[in-house]
Amino acid sequence: MHYLDHAATTPLRPEAADAMLEASEHFGNPSSVHAFGRRARRALEDARDRVAAAVGASPSEVVFTAGGTEADNLALKGAADKRRGNGDHVVATSIEHHAVLHAVAWLGSRGMRTTLVDVDTTGVVDPGSVAEAVGRSTILVSTMAVNNEIGTVQPVAEVSEAVRAANPRALVHTDAVQALGNLPVDVHAWGVDLAAFAAHKIGGPKGVGALFVRAHTPLEPLLHGGGQERGLRSGTPNVAGIVGFGVACELAAKEVHEKAERVRALRDRLLAGVLAAVPDAVVNGDLEARAPNNLNVSIPGAEGETLLLLLDRAGIACSSGSACASGALDPSHVLLAIGVPRPLALGSLRFSLGATSTEEDVDAVVAALPDVVARARRAA
Amino acid sequence: MSGRPKAVVAMSGGVDSSVAAALLVEQGFDVTGVMLKLWRGEAANTNSGCCNLGAAEDARRVADALDIPFYVFNFAERFEATVIRDFNDTYASGRTPNPCVRCNQWIKFDALLERADALGAEVLATGHYARVDRRGGRPALLRGADRSKDQSYVLWMLDRRRLERVRFPVGDMTKSETRAIASRVGLGTARKPDSQEICFVRAGDLDGYVALHMPEASEPGPLVDGSGRRVGTHRGVGRYTVGQRKGLGLSLGVPVYVTGIDAAANSVTVGAREQLEVRELVARDTSFVGAPPAAGDRVLVQYRAHGDTTPARVRAIDPASVHVVFDEPAYAIAPGQSAVFYSAARPDEVLGGGFVARTAAPAAVA
Repeated sequence: MHYLDHAATTPLRPEAADAMLEASEHFGNPSSVHAFGRRARRALEDARDRVAAAVGASPSEVVFTAGGTEADNLALKGAADKRRGNGDHVVATSIEHHAVLHAVAWLGSRGMRTTLVDVDTTGVVDPGSVAEAVGRSTILVSTMAVNNEIGTVQPVAEVSEAVRAANPRALVHTDAVQALGNLPVDVHAWGVDLAAFAAHKIGGPKGVGALFVRAHTPLEPLLHGGGQERGLRSGTPNVAGIVGFGVACELAAKEVHEKAERVRALRDRLLAGVLAAVPDAVVNGDLEARAPNNLNVSIPGAEGETLLLLLDRAGIACSSGSACASGALDPSHVLLAIGVPRPLALGSLRFSLGATSTEEDVDAVVAALPDVVARARRAA
Repeated sequence: MSGRPKAVVAMSGGVDSSVAAALLVEQGFDVTGVMLKLWRGEAANTNSGCCNLGAAEDARRVADALDIPFYVFNFAERFEATVIRDFNDTYASGRTPNPCVRCNQWIKFDALLERADALGAEVLATGHYARVDRRGGRPALLRGADRSKDQSYVLWMLDRRRLERVRFPVGDMTKSETRAIASRVGLGTARKPDSQEICFVRAGDLDGYVALHMPEASEPGPLVDGSGRRVGTHRGVGRYTVGQRKGLGLSLGVPVYVTGIDAAANSVTVGAREQLEVRELVARDTSFVGAPPAAGDRVLVQYRAHGDTTPARVRAIDPASVHVVFDEPAYAIAPGQSAVFYSAARPDEVLGGGFVARTAAPAAVA
């Protein structure tokens, strides 16, 4: 079996698993004043330090959530609600993850004006276009750091700067879920007010994430209750999961350059092999401004759905398009947004590499492709 | 990769297709379960067995229980371009569409067969109640063993080439036998009700669907009697089917039925039951399992999904159409519906079928 779907999720790192197991034994509620609580609180705050260090934040700027989707929702809805008096306009790029796009659409359904900024065919947003969309009543701008489907790296720092120039009161959010572990992350260098992260994309557990909230950034919570996480995220925290996240963050930050170099070499080997096996395959999105672990290609004359299941039967795990709730595949909104023709958008494959990827994984894909593509083309 | 024969099973999450998959696994096939997503977004009709989110979850759980791979194929665009388009066009022309037959013809036993090819699967199975008799080398399509559940009427488009590859594992059983197998193999879906509704019509609201998608078929017009005299106003030709008695809004003192629909003139004709009597029928877009019958041959004709058959004689036949003359009067045959021909010698055997193009009343015969 060969796993090339690290953008979907990653295997839990043994170091994180060990730390989680140990943390689970200290079952105290971190809000309790007694020794049991103190012990859990220490673990929680230690993890907060690690996550903050990995993303260039202060520990007090890290709010733990139940994942990247919650972090994005807290950022968008929390800021929009808190800033209601300042304006009624939210801006995002058209290639955001659904956690952002659907939250923006929901705000739109509640009377907020929304603008989705288009990107060019390289899949990289132009900071000038974002700034043009920003007006006096803009509350928040959301630009992802790395696209989850085509891996393109967005100029977050330039976007922040351009947005500040257009409207200094507008908040800047970035969905950085796919950036963590793939490129160095520094939220202050990016100049953002809010940034969303998820543990399971970097070898941590599922159901754990964080929102960076720059000091003094006004935000309304989604969840009300005991006032944990400085009132921004009530509910007893998932201490063991957060501990696993902390360990994974620390490792990811430490290894980011070495890993980037290694997976880039594997990705380039995969790209060369794919183009040799399927000469008319088309790479989607810019190859330079791209996270080192991502390859997204369209296979003319084949449907991604068929390719995917044939690869699955050949023991290769990758992905295609965006799976809807039923598991059926719709053409990716990202590929359509960067101008990929519909038939090619339907015939796309996303390979995403990770810390555990090997040359054998890459070579297995290249070996399987000719037969898989031939069969898929016959069925199309 | 295993050397076992490969089979693809179209799964709906319901008991029939779940048991079909279980039986193929027991028979030693390397089974892959698939569901067809036919509707854009989430399903329009959550009561239908097809393609809604809950059904996909049910089917996935069954597949997991059987330890077989399961995929959802997105055929929404193809379904819209073929089945839904035909449905709308047929209603707009004053005829009665059969979307389930068209789906079998264009999606299940066409597009899905191609996907099965890609998977290297020779066999495609569904949970239909029908049988394939493979004795003698040339497969024959038979009614399901349980006549009350028989679905051979919607399978007439299967020719011999397709029948070679198709399996109906529950076709030999009664519904209660199927349910018994479901509980024996521990499938949790045995409770699921059968679907009778059109999967893309929201909440079974056909009138609402017609109004939304076929505005021209929702234009009111004259309701006339057999002599052309106006007796009322209809609510759009898309809302009537030949043989319909309810919802006419008439009180003429005697029961009246829709006897004809003229979409071009936007008129609907009503009359007494005798005026629904049909002596001849021409079916078009025909398909036969094996050799087509010849002029003069006797056949049994079924022209309604859950109806009986009426004996008839083939008057004329060409590669695209069949003209039959009934031995005794048939009633209320709606143009557009399937006419399915069964063997006079072996009444369970499907010879083939077609879509009713026109019918002729007794007067025309004389």
